[in-house]
Amino acid sequence: MGEAVARFWREIPQRYNFMGNKCGSCERIFFPPREACPFCRRKSMGKMQEVQLTGKGEVVTYTIIHVGPEEFEEQVPYPIAIIKLEEGPQITGQIVDCSIDDIHIGLKVESTFRRIQAEGYTGAIYYGYKFKKCE
Amino acid sequence: MRDVAVIGVGLTQFGELWEKSFRELIAEAGAKAILDSGISGKEVDAMYVGSMSSGRFIGQEHIGALVADASGFSFAHVPSTRVEGACASGGLAVRQGYLAVASGMHDVVVVGGIEKMNDVGGTSATETLATAADQEWEAFFGATFPGIYAMIATRHMHDYGTTREQMAQVAVKNHMNGVLNPYAQYRKEISLDAVLNATMVAYPLGLLDCSPVSDGAASIVLCAAEKAKKYTNKAVKIIAAGQASDTLALHARENICTLQATVHAAKMAYKQANLTPKDIDLAEVHDCFTIAEICAIEDLGFVKKGEGGKAIDNRITTRDGSLPVNTSGGLKAKGHPVGATGVAQVIEIALQLRGDAEKRQVPDARIGLAHNVGGSGATCTVHILEAM
Ligand SMILES: [Zn+2]
Repeated sequence: MGEAVARFWREIPQRYNFMGNKCGSCERIFFPPREACPFCRRKSMGKMQEVQLTGKGEVVTYTIIHVGPEEFEEQVPYPIAIIKLEEGPQITGQIVDCSIDDIHIGLKVESTFRRIQAEGYTGAIYYGYKFKKCE
Repeated sequence: MRDVAVIGVGLTQFGELWEKSFRELIAEAGAKAILDSGISGKEVDAMYVGSMSSGRFIGQEHIGALVADASGFSFAHVPSTRVEGACASGGLAVRQGYLAVASGMHDVVVVGGIEKMNDVGGTSATETLATAADQEWEAFFGATFPGIYAMIATRHMHDYGTTREQMAQVAVKNHMNGVLNPYAQYRKEISLDAVLNATMVAYPLGLLDCSPVSDGAASIVLCAAEKAKKYTNKAVKIIAAGQASDTLALHARENICTLQATVHAAKMAYKQANLTPKDIDLAEVHDCFTIAEICAIEDLGFVKKGEGGKAIDNRITTRDGSLPVNTSGGLKAKGHPVGATGVAQVIEIALQLRGDAEKRQVPDARIGLAHNVGGSGATCTVHILEAM
């Protein structure tokens, strides 16, 4: 994945800020932000408003990755989960600072800013959100 | 729209085929299909080829023209088009070929599917497969392709009480079928214990819950049904060709355990064929992972949502069950050269309906269904075939 530096750089603001957007027509919230609401389409044009998300949510499902891609090899085994954020959107992320045995569907989590992948051959280090158990 | 028939089929061996090149594989499958169909090469009006990622697997794009060239059609200047939809590339190629004939644009179309995955190392093959997932919002965070299906499995276990044993039984069943398929990558039975105790890949999926990395090609010849008799008495009819899409990322779906693309492609196909799931005699479904077969038989309407695991316990889907599933051995045992898979599934159904499935023959099979999925369910095709 190292070759795709430009693309990942472009996405960094959302991964850092947790900024989503809301359809002014049906009020649905999206993360990552969408150009248009897929439910309202034309009616949502020009009505998509930025929304700050809290980064809090709960585990919808999870897996423990035992065989990882090269950039994640040093981290195996590591948990990956789908998190349903308080505001509605669901996203994929790693769970950290937590025993694997503690992870379960329904676990309340909050986001934390971390290094995501080992340094690739391009020298870029990728940062973004991971999740930890709510205090 | 007019009726379309499959008049010829051709498969290569599936497996680790170090001695065979991409060109040799697709030319072999195409030549077998044309020979089986009774057409002459001159009669081919168009070609469609499914290939997921030849660029990453063998460093070659422009596969439509390459396949026409390798099969000896370049001097006939036959139009040839490559189609891509990750692991559903083959199913999409079948559907494009079907539409080309059904529309009346072409009378005779050759459809191919191919992947040569073993020329790159195992890690590289796995990472290429992961490009079927959302690279920016799934893979970036460390989700692997098996990991994404594992998350479907975890939720399925939670919501419906599905067990690792039930998933493992899917692998055991498909290996039993693979033993009887001379083209299969794995022609040996595996035990329940072996599946349950295999190296963990992404909990709850172990190595033997996953389909293998494979080389192979498959090809079929399609023609207008009214002209099929001219060439062969072994034709079968394609009576429906459904297709649907869904979000690229699994997380963006409301229900993690339901592949809406399967539900919608199936609905489209049943409507076109004027049939219900009860009318289907046998099915080839996309078992890239064992959990995927459980979800597929639910989403195709063969059993109620959540009862896919029980269906395995009740032996509904074994070769002698009421709805045999993956008599070919499925992706799990037959192998999964991704671009070839959707075409190979249609071939298994065609062979069964022709009565040519030898030791795996399902008695009195009249109507069969082929279900091909791309990624974690962002693309799906469903074809229904009927004996003529
Ligand atoms: Zn809306």
